[in-house]
Amino acid sequence: MRITCPHCGERDGREFTYRGHALALRRPAPDAGEAAWDDYLHNRENPAGDTSDLWYHGPCGAWIKVDRNTLTHTVSGSTLAAKVAR
Amino acid sequence: MRLDGKGLIDRSTPVAFTFDGESYQGFAGDTVASALLANGVKLMGRSFKYHRPRGVMTAGSEEPNALVTVGVGAQSEPNTRATCQEIYPGLVVRSQNAWPSLQNDFMAVNDLISPFLGAGFYYKTFMWPKSFWERIYEPIIRRAAGLGALPGESNPDPYEKAFAFCDVLIIGGGPAGLMAALTAAEAGADVILADENPRLGGRLLSENEQIDGQSCADWAGDTVARLSAMPNVRIMPRTTVTGAYDQGTYGALERVSHHRPQTEQAPRECFWRIVAKHAVLCAGAIERPIAFPNNDRPGIMMASAVRTYLNQYGVAPGRAVAVFGNNDDAHRTAHDLANAGVNVVAVIDSRSGVTFSGAARCYAEGRIIATKGRRALESITIDHVDGTRMLQVDCLAVSGGWNPSVHLTCHMNVRPEWSDNIASFVPAAGSVPGLETAGACNGAFDTAACLREGATTVATMLGCDLPSLPSADETPYVISPFWVVEGAGRKWLDFQNDVHVKDIRLAAQENFRSVEHMKRYTTQGMATDQGKVSNVAALAVLADATGRGIPETGTTTFRPPYVPVAIAAMGAGSQGSGFAPQRLTTSHGATMARNAPMIEAGLWYRPSFFPTLGETTWQQTCNREVRMVRSSVGICDVTTLGKIDVQGPDAAAFLDFVYANTMSTLKVGKIRYGLMLREDGHVMDDGTAARFGDKHYVITTTTAAAGAVMQHLDFVRQGLRPDLDVQIASVTEQWAQFAVAGPRSRALLNSLLDQPIDDAAFPFMQCGAVTLGGVDARLFRISFSGEHAYEIAVPSRYGASLFRWLLAQAESMGGGAYGMEALNVLRIEKGFVTHAEIHGRVTAFDIGMDRMISRKKDCIGQAAANRPGLQGERRQQLVGLASVMPTDPLTGGAHLFKANDTPVRTNDQGYVTSVGWSPTCEGYIGLGFLQNGRARHGEVIQMVDHLRGITTACRVCDPVFVDPDGGRLRG
Repeated sequence: MRITCPHCGERDGREFTYRGHALALRRPAPDAGEAAWDDYLHNRENPAGDTSDLWYHGPCGAWIKVDRNTLTHTVSGSTLAAKVAR
Repeated sequence: MRLDGKGLIDRSTPVAFTFDGESYQGFAGDTVASALLANGVKLMGRSFKYHRPRGVMTAGSEEPNALVTVGVGAQSEPNTRATCQEIYPGLVVRSQNAWPSLQNDFMAVNDLISPFLGAGFYYKTFMWPKSFWERIYEPIIRRAAGLGALPGESNPDPYEKAFAFCDVLIIGGGPAGLMAALTAAEAGADVILADENPRLGGRLLSENEQIDGQSCADWAGDTVARLSAMPNVRIMPRTTVTGAYDQGTYGALERVSHHRPQTEQAPRECFWRIVAKHAVLCAGAIERPIAFPNNDRPGIMMASAVRTYLNQYGVAPGRAVAVFGNNDDAHRTAHDLANAGVNVVAVIDSRSGVTFSGAARCYAEGRIIATKGRRALESITIDHVDGTRMLQVDCLAVSGGWNPSVHLTCHMNVRPEWSDNIASFVPAAGSVPGLETAGACNGAFDTAACLREGATTVATMLGCDLPSLPSADETPYVISPFWVVEGAGRKWLDFQNDVHVKDIRLAAQENFRSVEHMKRYTTQGMATDQGKVSNVAALAVLADATGRGIPETGTTTFRPPYVPVAIAAMGAGSQGSGFAPQRLTTSHGATMARNAPMIEAGLWYRPSFFPTLGETTWQQTCNREVRMVRSSVGICDVTTLGKIDVQGPDAAAFLDFVYANTMSTLKVGKIRYGLMLREDGHVMDDGTAARFGDKHYVITTTTAAAGAVMQHLDFVRQGLRPDLDVQIASVTEQWAQFAVAGPRSRALLNSLLDQPIDDAAFPFMQCGAVTLGGVDARLFRISFSGEHAYEIAVPSRYGASLFRWLLAQAESMGGGAYGMEALNVLRIEKGFVTHAEIHGRVTAFDIGMDRMISRKKDCIGQAAANRPGLQGERRQQLVGLASVMPTDPLTGGAHLFKANDTPVRTNDQGYVTSVGWSPTCEGYIGLGFLQNGRARHGEVIQMVDHLRGITTACRVCDPVFVDPDGGRLRG
């Protein structure tokens, strides 16, 4: 698997650590309530198709939102987590 | 039999090798198979299940029969295809799966009882009694079945793995591949051309055709020479592309030195990961046999293989040869043999109304209904339009048509499509992103079409010019599908796994009608050749037996690797010390010099204990080291703890967000214990935060979680709080840090520091800059032992000398070094937690630190920590445990039960996390988690270790066993 790091360019998948869906970037407010926190912490879609997830590029320390397709394994984009619009 | 003047072998270089102890001579350029055939050796192996005598059937990596063991001792390699192994002086080859010898194999008795050993035999026969399977049936079956045996010794051969990158990867160096490579190279692309054979050219080396007026083999040689001269082309012979993976990544196995004596340290094999922007599959096609009774006798070969042995190796595989086929391509073999002066006895064609343009007699509507010859073919019986006839032949060339090598196009889960034109499967378009197909693997079987497809595919792919195409043979491929000759006797399909037509029909009859079920029921295609030769014919038989067409029947899944790959090649470099990186502290040399046994802590190596003269057990040493720290002073390397530098105007706000407790209120020059939670409210890690400036903190993590914490902090900073102006960097490796612990620690430090310290300047939890011998250092007054203690950090380049200095000074004061065992006992005595306790399933409440979670600010884990169920009486809470009889052991992992309860799962109350013999308390003590434990101090419970069979009565107590009010810390 090849993933493009916005800092370092296209790199081998083994340089990256997977975290999970990119909704981890949308942290609820402390008082958002149990349901919102429950969704944020535990509930994940299992999409057959396009998805966005978070990868850590160990060599440069960048967190990256990677857009990919779980059916075709196509990687269609990568954005620094710090630059993802919230 | 070798023919004069034919072939591409080097007749000026004879090569001697042995097969089953007999010496043979071949020439440079020969494979084991071609050299043995040249010497008249036809019997090369015994089959898997019935131990049938088998000879070589193909001339390529698809070979199912001629599997041999190469080399001797630990370096021997079983199941090597004789068709791929090149000969070299001194090569030792042995046959396999035969006892006592290949000629007389005792296990051939299986063949006599074969009517009882059909598909599903094992499933049906060895069901009862159940207990017999593991002890009786399986060992017998394992001994009886199988191919080559591993030497049973560690393989000393070197292997490598490597990476390569290119614009265009060409897979296969036949006519299509050579033309594709030429087109891409002339367009300026970086090209890798990989071919599994030692010599590029593919079928061009085996055919008797002309390209642009020269022999096709010469044309191939000239083209390879042209490509080799181009700086943007890398030719990789002996390299099989084994798999297609995501984003243009391909696996490839290069056989680096299997073809020459092991006189150097060159790797045997190299496993490549090739990343290609584009790839062109030019893998060619594999000829398939026709199933007829006893079609497996040595001497019965593929028609194309006969041409290869004849034209490439100058070997006539027989003296009287018959050709049997269902297509025009088979006729080529008869022509080539006749032209070389070999007696062609007959051309048997299953089609009606066909004629042969050569001298040999042609039998139209011909079928082979019987064969004779146990260890070598002696005769065949044919049934044809005019009757039945027996022919004396010692070689039979068979062609059932060609199957495109579509394997790599199926590696991304796309199935190939059936083509009626060629009666076989062709690749589906777009099956692997970035991969195109050209030539015979695409169903284009004549040479001109292969050359054209190679060029046009690349020209379209790169948008470059089409080179001029050489003129070549355009004879169309005409085939009329023909799969099975009915009649008495077994009609073999999968030669390597001994599957015949009746097995497939039995599977269908017993309702294993899906192709995947049939495969598993009969083992069709499950041998190391993955059914390259046999699969399509087996599908045809299944389709017929189930009354469906072949396209509806479908194919099984081709998975990587295309050829067997040694684990040693894929895992090259990962044996022994290559298995994982080793992280060594600056004190490693001095520690080893003191014979301290090392233990692994993640990737780090840390000393377990430092034995001195007269100590015979680790426990003795550990006890001494604990007493030493409590009474004088001990030195311990704590470099492995994670150190993270946090700087910036928002450093304090950032730490407030990642720690459960507050760090912004910490004064410059002070240290605070910090607890980090995961977002789900459980404890992630603990450590300290030292404030060196208004905008500058240095925080520590545990050794185990250093990487995970750094990753987490990066996530919080980039992903959750990009609004904060803060930078973080791991500085674990930059600073060597040593604990100096014990009542005499300050005296020791003052003997080394340029400016002495005192309690007023350096009270407990103070940090600051100091100098030793002019070197800038950081001093932290913190304690993981409960004693008056410090940690001193210097830039790593000074670590080794500082450790020696500290140790010499400590020893002069009655102290010394201590290791992990003592460190563990010291912290248990003090009730400090490590990842034995904060193992990922405990909350701040469980370890009695819930009050640390600040309510004045938002922080990671705060919201979730408030969830019901994460606190309260039902939680198992951190407690201390002490044996009622001090010498009764406590054991880690044991479970806790009420004193009078039966120790069964339903009565489980908790478990033990850390234990040790405490020299200070003179008894076994431990930490653990007990339901509602904080309210149960003083209660006597039972600890039961079901694994070790130990039951100990112990008293629940506060986790702090030594100095509960902290007087020693501050003293």
